[in-house]
Amino acid sequence: MTFSPELEAKFDKFLKIYPPGRQRSAIVPMLLYAQDETGAITSELIAEIARRCGVQPLQVDETVGYYSMLHRKPLGKYHIQVCTNISCLLVGGEELYEHAKKKLGIGNKEVTSDGLFSIEEVECMGACSWAPAIQVNYDFHHEVTPEKLDKLIDDLRALHARAQ
Amino acid sequence: MLYNEPNPLEVKVLTKRFELPNSAALETYLSTDGYQAFQKALGMTPEQIIEEVKASALRGRGGAGFPTGMKWSFVPRNSPKPKYIICNADESEPGTCKDRVLMENDPHSLIEGMMIAGRAVDSHAGYIYIRGEYRYLIEVMDKAIDEAYARGILGDNAMGSGWAFHVYTHTGAGAYECGEETALLDSIEGKRGIPRLKPPFPAVSGAWQSPTILNNVETYCAVPAIIRDGGAAFAALGTPKNGGTRLFCLSGHVNKPGVYELPMGFNLLRMIEEVGGGMRNGKKLKAVIPGGSSCPVLKADECDLAMDYDAVAKAKSMLGSGGVVIMDEDTCMVKAMLRIMRFYAHESCGWCIPCREGTTWLRKVLVRFHDGGGRKSDIDLMYDVARNMLGRTFCALGDAAAMPMMSFVEKFRDEFEAHLDGRPCPYEHAHELAAV
Repeated sequence: MTFSPELEAKFDKFLKIYPPGRQRSAIVPMLLYAQDETGAITSELIAEIARRCGVQPLQVDETVGYYSMLHRKPLGKYHIQVCTNISCLLVGGEELYEHAKKKLGIGNKEVTSDGLFSIEEVECMGACSWAPAIQVNYDFHHEVTPEKLDKLIDDLRALHARAQ
Repeated sequence: MLYNEPNPLEVKVLTKRFELPNSAALETYLSTDGYQAFQKALGMTPEQIIEEVKASALRGRGGAGFPTGMKWSFVPRNSPKPKYIICNADESEPGTCKDRVLMENDPHSLIEGMMIAGRAVDSHAGYIYIRGEYRYLIEVMDKAIDEAYARGILGDNAMGSGWAFHVYTHTGAGAYECGEETALLDSIEGKRGIPRLKPPFPAVSGAWQSPTILNNVETYCAVPAIIRDGGAAFAALGTPKNGGTRLFCLSGHVNKPGVYELPMGFNLLRMIEEVGGGMRNGKKLKAVIPGGSSCPVLKADECDLAMDYDAVAKAKSMLGSGGVVIMDEDTCMVKAMLRIMRFYAHESCGWCIPCREGTTWLRKVLVRFHDGGGRKSDIDLMYDVARNMLGRTFCALGDAAAMPMMSFVEKFRDEFEAHLDGRPCPYEHAHELAAV
């Protein structure tokens, strides 16, 4: 497999920073950064990372099943992660999650038919004091209301339409 | 950037640079005592460094509260193996969001703290394990690390000392369990994050089977001030055996939720009133989880309490990771417990049976209960399942699920009983009504 020069540079770095003979340590970082570029973790990607880290594909595969941010199917271009854990729950996180599903007409871990959005109910993301919080891909949004979420989704849609 | 206004009652040691422009930049750090503690540490023996940290009464800020200096002293410094300095930045205890602001606003203090730890045990490499969701912080830390290399602070000749120290970031990919120290070590080795049998403890056999210091972000960030101003000065800020300040993360039903740096032993009720701005909408306080969702819940009448490790332990809870979750009178405690248990059932790594099965069955019973299908015997059943998990699991995740469960049943049995016989949740619309 070939990747972008930026990702190749990251891979080179990951293979260098761990102690000699411990290149297996690079598996999880490589998987996550590769997924950001390719959209999902395929068996081809698993085999490639296994080859580069000098392990069996199964050893990579078993880590994929463990980490909740690693996905075998593509997510939407904008992956909306709504926290409903205790601090967010207390100030409307659950209502926000229900609102997001209704607004986009999809359920947990589903993707809109245009591939633009997906939703995931997630566990605590470390924004408890500024709850309720969501992440769109890696971007944090704090003190989100249903109105703010509507606007965010509409803005992202418009942004995408302009880019087309 | 700061996400909430600071409070005048704060005592700013770790957060003293937060309000400066470009607080994360190396220039800012250097112009405000930055890397002077490391410079001082270069003139100290490893024993002296460790003694100073012991004198500070600094205790691990990740949750367990183990004395940091003692932890460092367990590392066999003369071992022929390489030693590693690992930072746990896998912040994921529900209610906790302090390591995020520390790395975002003052990344160099973390690097300096790790360098000093490195000197103390003759290590030459540090790794910062950052949860995958904190991608922007990996970029912040990488930028700070690059700055430190460019200035000769990190590298084969750290600050001209002839001693080599390197720091790297490592990303997680979504797993609460990887905050458990031995699971983190398996994770950084490229495996599933499964806890290891202890002993051996990480100090003796940690990362890549080598002696390892493993501390939380906030713990390392406290080290420069301790070495610079002396352990005694840091200790004096807190209470006996509970040195210094800590970052408290106030969340839930207060007017001014936020992350605030307060001295150890700060009174909890005062924290809610004077730092958190009091209860939202003039509601009454019902309960507080004092240190992240793993800690037993406190009823309102138990909250006149000094927030240090020992006083909170005496109140049969834990200071934990500093996540103070505040709940008002309209909160359904069954629902709160259900949400917490859903979390633990989701995050249990599945390695040992009491945790995997216990959390899953407790979640199922709580779902049924909150939906109105509960049986009176379920209340004791839930307590019993939790009691039998406690102390019988491989790592602390099982305890972290069992302890809140037991405390919720002990202290709010009446609320569980109010859900019996198919009655709808008495609190279902309480917050909506309050808003009208």
